[in-house]
Amino acid sequence: MSAGVDEARIRSLTPSVLGILVRRGADFAAAEDALQDALVEAVRVWPADPPRDPKGWLVTVAWRRFLDAARADAARRRREDLADEEPPPGPAPAADDTLNLYFLCAHPSLTPSSAVALTLRAVGGLTTRQIAQAYLVPEATMAQRISRAKRTVSGVRFDRHGDVATVLRVLYLVFNEGYSGDVDLAAEAIRLTRQLASSIDHPEVSGLLALMLLHHARRAARTAPDGSLVPLAEQDRTRWDTGAIAEGVHILQAALARDRLGEFQAQAAVAALHADAPTAEETDWVQIVEWYDELLLLTDSPVIGLNRAVAVGEADGPRAGLAALAALDDSLPRYDAVAAYLHERDGDLTAAARLYAVAAGKAHDLAERDHLTRQAARLHTLLRG
Amino acid sequence: MAKYLLLKHYRGAPAPVNDVSMDRWTPEEISAHMTYMRDFATRLEGTGEYVDGQALSQEGTFVRYDGEGRPPVTDGPFAETKDLIAGWMVIDVDSYERAVELAGELSAAPGAGGKPIHEWLELRPFLGTPPTVTE
Repeated sequence: MSAGVDEARIRSLTPSVLGILVRRGADFAAAEDALQDALVEAVRVWPADPPRDPKGWLVTVAWRRFLDAARADAARRRREDLADEEPPPGPAPAADDTLNLYFLCAHPSLTPSSAVALTLRAVGGLTTRQIAQAYLVPEATMAQRISRAKRTVSGVRFDRHGDVATVLRVLYLVFNEGYSGDVDLAAEAIRLTRQLASSIDHPEVSGLLALMLLHHARRAARTAPDGSLVPLAEQDRTRWDTGAIAEGVHILQAALARDRLGEFQAQAAVAALHADAPTAEETDWVQIVEWYDELLLLTDSPVIGLNRAVAVGEADGPRAGLAALAALDDSLPRYDAVAAYLHERDGDLTAAARLYAVAAGKAHDLAERDHLTRQAARLHTLLRG
Repeated sequence: MAKYLLLKHYRGAPAPVNDVSMDRWTPEEISAHMTYMRDFATRLEGTGEYVDGQALSQEGTFVRYDGEGRPPVTDGPFAETKDLIAGWMVIDVDSYERAVELAGELSAAPGAGGKPIHEWLELRPFLGTPPTVTE
């Protein structure tokens, strides 16, 4: 996008403008298309001629686009023209529009990939091309996914809220996709979660925002210059973003104080304990194990069990970690990698090297596979030496 | 211009000259290999000959239709003898000779001992679209 136009600022207006269009009587799918046109126009026109009221500008232009499209549609079907004058806004307060959109785009009738795409476009204001690039699929494929998603939610009432957990799951998926292409999905997920947190008061929304900030704070330290993964214990902690950590911890503490614990708050608490440790050796593993125990009560997720086994290995020694691991299903993703790590800590380098190689063969992404292969190579080199 | 697929095999290709599995290299040798591969792709992007590259998991399944109303039949993981593709690179080059030249360079990526792997890569031309001008 052109220099001089704050793209994130334009995009932050997306949900409230869309809400206004829908309350004026536009159906969601048509309003969303009209707003995309207006956003493209804004990026073209604003650098030379910035509006005094950006939101009002977007509403006016998008509404005109909507009327043009509706008229063209109506003419095609030889129907009467829609009224030209703008109807008054409905009674719902504008502050709710943003929230309504989050719920609509995360509606349980949508598949996760559709909900993610629709959220990024209708709430995030990203173009279909940007979303397609971020998810490494052809633009036509992403356009179809979005239009199907819009059809799926076409009958859904705009002002009914479901469970906020569905919205949080979608934002968590966006965050975990990380960054490929020119859109930083992790940063976008943080922006969208921050915006959600300002329109709804819920400790789990805060918990997710804190979790994202605390993980994002470590991003620069997570990759070596050659692109390989740097595990937490080996990261250069001076490269962690202390501002993001402070904000994440502050948000988390306020959420925990409300005594309505949830999965994201507990995960954020683990992340905060890592962020608190000046060195890897000073990590408070005993408290981390306690948080994983809380998490198991909340989710009963086998992946949490795996992370807990690592924490137990640090808190009570590798034998205790291996015992905790033995209680879990050995077909879990990353089971072999955890077993390899614990065996190495226990001094059994031969078993560890073998398990790292097995884990590399089962890895789900390239960076993880390379990392595990390197671990196997490191131990084999030691054993030869 | 013609597109070619460079296929790398986990199994099924003839054994390379420098045949040591990667987890038996030193970490420095792995780094050198990764750097070589990345530089190769970057260079092809620079010459306008790079199209796509992807790596595949070692785990996979054969699937086939099993008739109306029945779930598909699956078979796998593959027997040890079966061909197993590790990944691919698609290039768009002016000639077959250029494609062979590039495949040769990719096969020279360093492995154990820092020496070239001499890995066998499969070079497959894409079936293109018919030309617009035919006479």
